[in-house]
Amino acid sequence: MTSAAPRLVSGRIGDVVARADGGPKVKGEFAYASDLSAAGMLWGHTLRSPFAHARIRSIDLTAALTMPGIHAVLTHGDVPGQKCYGLEFADQPVLAIDRVRYFGEAVALVAAEHPEQARRAAERIVVDYEPLEPVVDAERAVEQDPLHPDAPTMGHGYRRDPRPNVVRSIVIRHGDPNVEGDVAISGVYDVGIQDQAFLGPESGLAVPDGEGGIDVYVATQWLHVDRDQVAPCLDLRPEQVRIHLAGVGGAFGGREDLSIQIHGAMLALHTGRPVKMVYSREESFVGHVHRHPARIWAEHRANRDGKLVCVRMRILLDGGAYASSSTAVTSNAASFACGPYAVENALIESTCVYTNNPPCGAMRGFGAVQTCFAAEAQMDRLAAELALDPVELRLRNALAPGDVLPTGQRVTGSMPVAEVIRRCAALPVPEPEALPRDPIRLPGGAGNVTRGQGVSRGVGFAVGFKNICYSEGFDDFTAARVRLFLDARGELAAEVHCAAAEVGQGVTGVIAQVARTELELDEVTLAPHTTATVGSAGSASASRMTWMAAGAVQLACRAAKAELERRGELGAGDEIDLERVYRHERTTPLDPETGQITGERAHVAFACAAMRVVVETDVELGLTRVVWIGTAQDVGKALNPQAVTGQIEGGTAQGLGLALMEEIRTSDGLITNASFTDYLLPTALDMPPVVSDLVEDPEPGAPYGLKGVGEPPTVVSTAAVVSALRAATGRALTRVPVRPDDIVGL
Amino acid sequence: MRISLRVNGEEREADVWGGESLLFALREGLGLPGSKNACEQGECGSCSVLLDGELVCACLVLAAQADGHEVTTVEGMADGEELHPVQEAYVQAGAVQCGFCTPGLVVATADLLARIPDPSDDEIREALSGNVCRCTGYAKIFDAVRLAAAVR
Repeated sequence: MTSAAPRLVSGRIGDVVARADGGPKVKGEFAYASDLSAAGMLWGHTLRSPFAHARIRSIDLTAALTMPGIHAVLTHGDVPGQKCYGLEFADQPVLAIDRVRYFGEAVALVAAEHPEQARRAAERIVVDYEPLEPVVDAERAVEQDPLHPDAPTMGHGYRRDPRPNVVRSIVIRHGDPNVEGDVAISGVYDVGIQDQAFLGPESGLAVPDGEGGIDVYVATQWLHVDRDQVAPCLDLRPEQVRIHLAGVGGAFGGREDLSIQIHGAMLALHTGRPVKMVYSREESFVGHVHRHPARIWAEHRANRDGKLVCVRMRILLDGGAYASSSTAVTSNAASFACGPYAVENALIESTCVYTNNPPCGAMRGFGAVQTCFAAEAQMDRLAAELALDPVELRLRNALAPGDVLPTGQRVTGSMPVAEVIRRCAALPVPEPEALPRDPIRLPGGAGNVTRGQGVSRGVGFAVGFKNICYSEGFDDFTAARVRLFLDARGELAAEVHCAAAEVGQGVTGVIAQVARTELELDEVTLAPHTTATVGSAGSASASRMTWMAAGAVQLACRAAKAELERRGELGAGDEIDLERVYRHERTTPLDPETGQITGERAHVAFACAAMRVVVETDVELGLTRVVWIGTAQDVGKALNPQAVTGQIEGGTAQGLGLALMEEIRTSDGLITNASFTDYLLPTALDMPPVVSDLVEDPEPGAPYGLKGVGEPPTVVSTAAVVSALRAATGRALTRVPVRPDDIVGL
Repeated sequence: MRISLRVNGEEREADVWGGESLLFALREGLGLPGSKNACEQGECGSCSVLLDGELVCACLVLAAQADGHEVTTVEGMADGEELHPVQEAYVQAGAVQCGFCTPGLVVATADLLARIPDPSDDEIREALSGNVCRCTGYAKIFDAVRLAAAVR
């Protein structure tokens, strides 16, 4: 039911290595979660709420149960164990109980012989809803009736905040926030809801094991945390629930939370048959959390020489109906609010609230994307106010090793902010292309709306940074297991087990590179990713997976090699099989009242990036063509340079999307554009060439000196694209995505 | 209803219902899941196949419309173990990340190069603008197209 274990082609640390799964993927043979099937399989379907907020008076299944091909219709009463689950707080019902809190919340499940039968039966379920006033304004939410009266996220070492609907609030006080500078710049910035829009819809196959347990084959980012949420809801022991990674069609944070895992398992256990679930695109838009929309109030105070003296920022994030990973997003937004600059005085408040809007959680660059957009807009305005070159202003304030962050943490590792700024600024910007030219290379493209009239060119610049790995005292670890044995030819071979989720980023390639390098061996195979044979790898998120998997595989390989040396040699049938757990340096929580560190560090490491963007904007029609992007990124050490530039180019595209087109639109909490017709993604015509300069400044505590590379390009690119748009239009453009109306000034 | 069609050079038959898409029939009825189900409304190109040699989104074609016609999917491109030059170029150029868009892009690229053996950058962008990729930002996809064009 999964692809055969790939034989991994040769390649060591630092080499360009072609993907082992590349062959199966280009041939259409790679088994994604939506491609799975099993004998006797049924199809599952989820009935979802059409309201953002309503009481459920009753659910009548009678008509649905009589529909052809139906094997099960389940509601909250059929959840065998715990009724609620959640990534960090169990605040979300597996199936709605007496109330729905967001548009698309799961209410009932159906299993049928054919997916169309399942859909039609779901339509016959009669749910008697009493619509309630939805909480949709994040600013008003803190004064409205609580959506979760038991305040599930309060306590847990966070700041006590008595206001209703607060998921988490954090205040960072640093130095004297009342200090004045020669100049002050104030602004208010808004960020819309972005969707991960991974192409492979949420899918999976649940197979009962005949002994009360279940195997779930699913596209996810963290197998073990799925298991630990699924098992209690099914009233099973963790070892009775085996989660296996099925082919993942992109993730970007959107697969951290559960989708089909519990639902598919419930249907499979109820019917005793394998059950497959595949979301449609419309369902996918309500089937996972999104990037938090934000409103940010910022004030930057500086001296005439350009030195920042104080940053004050208030950040309001709309978490939607359930907590997901909102607490980490709240904290990250605060931690990186000042950008990669040395600031001696700061007051940062960051608050996330529950509403009846779509639930938000992890997405590439979480929290840092939103604040980078605001902070870099402020830096551009400050440069203009001081008549300083924007690049020079950033250099004068660039954070460096030894500097102290607003949380009181001293930067002890690599922090080449000035270097990425200089290297990016040194990339040659292309000259404007002469007119006339093919309209495909003008704003509006094939729409053929201008010959160059009204087109204004702008060049923008931005810098951003964020943390690598999990922070704030989280026990962040990854396990890897290595088996050494003699293969059929009598040659030494290795099999590596690691549950690290391959979501497209290429971590399986990294694992193989590390194993080959450490074992000095070409014969390395990778066992399937599963909870059944190895400990937790943690999540493929927060730019941590390459670092953590490399650390764990390195440890296990070195231990296996030492054991081999001790034994001298392996005989036929002998093997060495051992597992090791890797942890990065411990972090500690932030003080709940002051936002200051309580130990050496709240974050283990950081990565920064600078980006220059050239746009051409038709200021009469509000249409934009991004012409060129150049970036310098701090990567520590590029383990596979081709994969690293692939992450930079792809991450940049997602930031460009947020800058120019991507937004989930809502009306009273209802999503109004849940399709790829109405939610626009950057296409081949929207993406310019991206020149990437890799800055290799090794991170002292990381394996091989590497840093995660997935998020920094997304953090910085939204800010950089809008910086260029401001230069082209002369407008403030304080909201992303920037709409044509904003450019024209309607 | 029962349909007969030629898929990747083989005569095939399938039982389909009236509202069923060619994509569903290929994936669930004919054992060819290589064409992908990403948007199912013709916006993303992940299900691109050739219908009588013409590039189409299989999600927008009814299975019944393919009755008596010829379909080429991504599974029909490699020559046994030997990758099609476009497939080889995608692997070598690093144009594959999650790979969900890849089958559709491989078919669309082969179609482009059959029509225009040495496409300009603008022609590549326009030809592939109906195939959404969320991972790569397209740069390495363009590299792959140029690489495939160069080796043909």
